Amino acid sequence: MTHAGNRARRHGRRSGPDGSPHRSPGRRRSRRPHGTVVRALLVLAFGLGLTAFTPGIAQAEGEAVAGTLQTSLSGPIEGVEVLVESVDGERIDEVESDENGRWSVDLPGPGQYVVSIDADDLPEGVTLSGEESRTVTVAEGRRQPVNLGLEDGSRGAGGGGVRAVQLLVDGLRFGLLIAMCAVGLSLIFGTTGLTNFAHGELVTIGAVVAWYINIQGGVPLIPATLLAMVVGGAVGALNELGIWRPLRRRGTGLVAALVVSIGLSLVLRYGIQIFYGGRSSPYGQYQSQRAVDYGLFNLTNRALFSIVISVVVLVLVALMLQRTKIGKAMRAVSDNRDLAASSGIDVNRVIMVVWVMGAGLAALGGVLLGLSDQVQWDMGFRLLLLMFAGVTLGGLGTAYGALVGSLVVGVFVQMSTLVIPDDMKYVGGLLLLIVILVIRPQGILGSRARIG
Amino acid sequence: MGDLLDALSVALKAGLGFQAIFFGLLAIGINVQFGYTGLLNFGQIAFAMLGGFGIAVSVSQWGLSFWVGVLVGLLAAVVLALLLGLPTLRLRADYLAIATIAAAEGLRLLFRSVSATPVTGGTRGLAAFNRDFIALAPWETGKRYSFLGTTWSGAELWVMLVGWVVVALGCVLVWLLMRSPWGRVVKSVREDEDAVRALGKNVYVYKMQALVLGGVFGALGGMIYAVGTGSAIPDQYQNANTFLAYAALILGGAARVLGPVIGAMLLLFLIQFADTLLRTLISNGVIPEGLFTATDVAAIRFVLVGLGLMLLLVFRPQGIFGDRREVMLDAR
Repeated sequence: MTHAGNRARRHGRRSGPDGSPHRSPGRRRSRRPHGTVVRALLVLAFGLGLTAFTPGIAQAEGEAVAGTLQTSLSGPIEGVEVLVESVDGERIDEVESDENGRWSVDLPGPGQYVVSIDADDLPEGVTLSGEESRTVTVAEGRRQPVNLGLEDGSRGAGGGGVRAVQLLVDGLRFGLLIAMCAVGLSLIFGTTGLTNFAHGELVTIGAVVAWYINIQGGVPLIPATLLAMVVGGAVGALNELGIWRPLRRRGTGLVAALVVSIGLSLVLRYGIQIFYGGRSSPYGQYQSQRAVDYGLFNLTNRALFSIVISVVVLVLVALMLQRTKIGKAMRAVSDNRDLAASSGIDVNRVIMVVWVMGAGLAALGGVLLGLSDQVQWDMGFRLLLLMFAGVTLGGLGTAYGALVGSLVVGVFVQMSTLVIPDDMKYVGGLLLLIVILVIRPQGILGSRARIG
Repeated sequence: MGDLLDALSVALKAGLGFQAIFFGLLAIGINVQFGYTGLLNFGQIAFAMLGGFGIAVSVSQWGLSFWVGVLVGLLAAVVLALLLGLPTLRLRADYLAIATIAAAEGLRLLFRSVSATPVTGGTRGLAAFNRDFIALAPWETGKRYSFLGTTWSGAELWVMLVGWVVVALGCVLVWLLMRSPWGRVVKSVREDEDAVRALGKNVYVYKMQALVLGGVFGALGGMIYAVGTGSAIPDQYQNANTFLAYAALILGGAARVLGPVIGAMLLLFLIQFADTLLRTLISNGVIPEGLFTATDVAAIRFVLVGLGLMLLLVFRPQGIFGDRREVMLDAR
């Protein structure tokens, strides 16, 4: 029963939009959500390394390798010996970097070369992030840039303040995204008592539907997202009409319903895998954006818009809960279902609206998640546990609790990478969940009476 | 017809092999927790992972003996159960569910992370730790033996024999426990916690004991799995396996001693049968390529399991052997 392997083996089946099979085997788990984002941000934020840019005109006469040695803290590094050899060990030349950190070596011809530097030459505080040598392939007539990858140790030290701000902003974006997905989860729990383990799949469905409309259908992403939200809402309505309302009528217990939702989650998740495949693919637009510098942090425009959209949507949801008739009815049903029913609220209608709204929001969250990472068949399930963490932290069943809790979880998950390695940040989030249960099981905004 | 027989023999092998033992033990553990006590442990696979890695890490990383590894695995499972139970067992049922599923996913991510690679081998896991165990087999492990149209290697048979003995002992233990006073208290915790509390029993302690016991069964299952595959890889211990074990338990019948065992054998038989049959039908062209391909089969079986789980719970929550009145399906 090693379906991890099976998942990894699922590649090379469906073709991409351009008819070319594109996906890499076994990459599924290695790509954590936000990994790329964070990595990109790291590169920008504590900016290390050495740019492989050599401004200037390519030399016309022949092949060369060149690069620049610098980091954001140390600036250009002068006087580092760079040795260039052919692959069979024949020495071509050895040069020192100039006052701008630049170096360049002319080569006898195209082919493979090994570029190496001595780590001991580097100034105090600067280290190599990778090996001491790189093998590069130089094409004919080309001046090949070489990136040797330097780190200036700004992690935790000098650049730490800026990095914390960067992670805070990224955490806010992620937290708002979790919140948008989790509002529905929390409202459904509040109105029906159902712990819906299939809520993550509503997120995936939103992302995948938008992907199909965007890539296969050629529709721009924004209308595609709106369509995906409609489809997502419809799936939510189908959930309610096809499964949960009949089950409530049968008097199915909450635990039974919970296990049914797990079954549904399996059906939907692996159904999506059959339909969509095991790959991860991006949307057709807004992918190649460069981060814009805002002083203390950098943000791509799509991340900025993700934050704006989430805030606007969540404010609208809050206004709706606070001001409109249906919103008040939702809160009433969450509070006390029987009392709400006896004061003339059509409980089933309210639950229906909650499902449609929650599923629609989850679909929107899925698209935003697919925009910052990529669209994958189990993206929602992986988010589900963080949604649970957020909802539990805020207080199960309260709409505002889900919002506050998710924000805290998102920020916590991103900020935790200050201390723990990047690939363990979800572990931190899940640990937080367990710690919350110890300290304050009713959550930040929950009431003591609910938790039994 | 020949294809059908082949599919049957492959399925029979799955229903008897170490994977059935693995899910059987997971399901026995869940049966103690969910079937008898009413606890929702959705992280059973984490206990199995600790069991498997307990052996793997002890033997191949720390150079300890196999049996010390078994102890380490069991101890780790007990510690995890205590850690998870302490905060959540006083709360409503779904809090334990969320905490356990989170712990299972978190532990798996931890085990496969780069920082844990020196200990757990990261995504590639560990191997070559079961030699001492296989060497104990009283017959030649390299040879292949066949009966009932299935062939087994000697090592497989040895793992199977030990595994089924463990399952049998586990069943006897559960049977004895559940007709003891302890079992009666635990079952009444499932039915009405407040009544038990009113009778002066410490419900919290009983729940904790059930959680620990179930976790130990999970760890044993994980050990059999690790020894059976000869490797321990974090991604083998996916969350979906917990739900397969739930499906096995509910299929066989919760709160029955043999329910989880029969359920696991039957479930694996059915899954493997469907799997092989689908692959055959696809390669024969009976199912057109455009509809499904062979790579989809692995996913299809999870779809089937999910569907089966839903239908069982809605229409026959007591499974094959269960008693409807005994199945804990109403949370507070």
